[in-house]
Amino acid sequence: MNETTVIGLLIAVLEFGTLLYLAALGETIAEKSGVLNLGVEGMMAMGGVAAFWAGVETGNPWVALLVGVIAGALFSAIHGVVAVVMGADQVVSGLALTIGGLGLAAFLGQDLVVQAPGARFEATNLGPLNDVPWIGEIVFDQTAVSWIALALGVIAWFVLTRTRVGLILRAVGESASAADSSGTSVVKTRMIAVMIGGALAGMSGAYLTLALAPGWSEGTTAGRGWIAVALVIFGAWQPGRVGLGALLFGGLLALEPRLQTFGVEVSPILLSMLPYLLTVGVLVVLSIRSRHRPSAAPAAIGQAYRREDR
Amino acid sequence: MTRKLRMVLALFAILTSFSMVAAACGSDADTATEADAETADSDADADEGSDDGAADGDAMDGEGKDVKAAFIMVAPVGDAGWNFMHNEGRIGAESATGVETAFVDGVAEGGADFDNAVQQFIDDGFNVIFTTSFGYMDATEKFAADNPEVVFQHISGFKMNDSNFGNSFGRMYQPRYIAGMAAGAATETNKIGYVAAFPIPEVIRGINAFTLGAQAVNPDVEVEVNWTSTWFDPGVEGNAAQTLIDAGADVLTMHQDSTATGEVATAAGATFIGYHSDMSAQVDSYLTAPVWDWTEHYSDIISSVQDGTFAPQAYWGGIAEGVVDITVPDSSPAAAEMSSVRDQIIAGDFDVFEGELFMQDGTQITDADGKLLIALADPFGNDIGAVGDQMNDGILLGMGFFVQGVIGSTEG
Repeated sequence: MNETTVIGLLIAVLEFGTLLYLAALGETIAEKSGVLNLGVEGMMAMGGVAAFWAGVETGNPWVALLVGVIAGALFSAIHGVVAVVMGADQVVSGLALTIGGLGLAAFLGQDLVVQAPGARFEATNLGPLNDVPWIGEIVFDQTAVSWIALALGVIAWFVLTRTRVGLILRAVGESASAADSSGTSVVKTRMIAVMIGGALAGMSGAYLTLALAPGWSEGTTAGRGWIAVALVIFGAWQPGRVGLGALLFGGLLALEPRLQTFGVEVSPILLSMLPYLLTVGVLVVLSIRSRHRPSAAPAAIGQAYRREDR
Repeated sequence: MTRKLRMVLALFAILTSFSMVAAACGSDADTATEADAETADSDADADEGSDDGAADGDAMDGEGKDVKAAFIMVAPVGDAGWNFMHNEGRIGAESATGVETAFVDGVAEGGADFDNAVQQFIDDGFNVIFTTSFGYMDATEKFAADNPEVVFQHISGFKMNDSNFGNSFGRMYQPRYIAGMAAGAATETNKIGYVAAFPIPEVIRGINAFTLGAQAVNPDVEVEVNWTSTWFDPGVEGNAAQTLIDAGADVLTMHQDSTATGEVATAAGATFIGYHSDMSAQVDSYLTAPVWDWTEHYSDIISSVQDGTFAPQAYWGGIAEGVVDITVPDSSPAAAEMSSVRDQIIAGDFDVFEGELFMQDGTQITDADGKLLIALADPFGNDIGAVGDQMNDGILLGMGFFVQGVIGSTEG
């Protein structure tokens, strides 16, 4: 272990953290409005394939990122229509989104498999700042997408906890009927939250195919959408804690290959289980704590809202 | 509206929207065949594939027995690696022999999915079935015994029978050695990074051959291995590749199914040596790659069934047979030596694992005549060679040790 390898590790922690955080932040916003969306993996795949395609077509990473975001948002609208507007089971619809998204992305991306990336995000170049030992080498050796993720996290925290819009969103997620009585459109609010979630999952997928592992192949999301879903619970539905969780889980992903060069003998299979084991642990802690105080989960999560059922 | 009805409607809406998109894309003539195969795949049902196949069945020009060949793949053929090249082989064999072919991909090993897929193909009249993943071996053996009228060819295993069940693999270690020469000539730090999936003989053999090739042109070179425990995960593969760059490697190669290692090499200004297929169009830092080409072998099997001459064999073809190969890059300082070694291998004048070999710790394995000086076991603990034995294919197929110059553990 030397300075280069440690810096390399920390760079990778932030990269994987960015990937997980974008998807988990989007899912946090959707779940805060009371809509569980298990389609993160499918939305990431759709965002990833759309962004990669746009990169090949335009050569511009920003256009490609935008296309990925739009693809994720549009795809999540299926979940919105089915689970929010029509009131179908959120678990079933979300799983359909994952399975359908992975399949559709694979189908649409068939001709992209053997193509070189047309566009990719490079690390930000802030001149002398990049040369600052440690901080500059690690923090500024990231793409602009990581900075966007950080900014979105701060904005999400502010809006959710400090604004009227956030209050309405949380109210819909805690008690849809009460929010409805006070004149809020539950369907509209939830629809917007779901599509923001889809947009961020799409951005995460785009980050994967444009920056973290440039290229497109079927299965390239490799279950990271599920880690993002677990991360929301791990972070107790709070943007800040989800961010810390993203660094922790991202750290586990980054550590896997490096433990070998550090000479540590830990089974990589065990290591890849850790995010889920940690999530189970947090669930246990949360459930024990919730005997004494209200659960961290939005009260109306998973419940379809239909006015005539009230 | 009841809850149940609503759910059914919702699922119907989702499925309808997917199929509309699929239908819209499927009308593109170029992708029609692939789309059909995909449909069959996602339904876990080969029915549709064969129906569509029957439509172009009149294209068959087999002179003898009517042959329909089916392929079963473990992972999506869109993965740019192992399964992609098998599908290329299928397409090539179809146009070379004119027989109808079909495939299902993403079929899990050792499960009911595989049994269903094979049985469906048999019911649909397919009489040559290629099963292209190691874990299909035992199930393929059973099907071969139960269906004597169908020919089964299993890829990358070792079982066969004497009537309708053979196996095939390629001596990938031959082009790996030549790829190692290119790497040894290209490195300036004398450290080459090798991103590898699992510590099984096939992968270990490739790493050893690559290392011996690198040492042949550059005695000071070391090859550091990083295990990923996955055949396909671009994120993990790229992460492992970056780890090797951080450890000082300036040439990277891999035994994986994605090009992620190449992307990292490009970004780091390093040189990339690929695997499976020519990746020059995808990866800027690409130098060369040991590649598969199943077209000729698949065509041979199909033709032999057509004219009634099929006899099961354990096929382990090398560069001479064309199932594996490597393009010698003109830009390499070792290009002349690489071409020469390739010619010698084809002529049968050179063997990668001939002569003296040493373990990682310096223990001598074989003498100059290729006779074992120590007993050897495969990674599963089975004896594969005793002192005095001549180096042979059995030892190669069970190889569980790293040669001197490899950094890393065969424990994974």
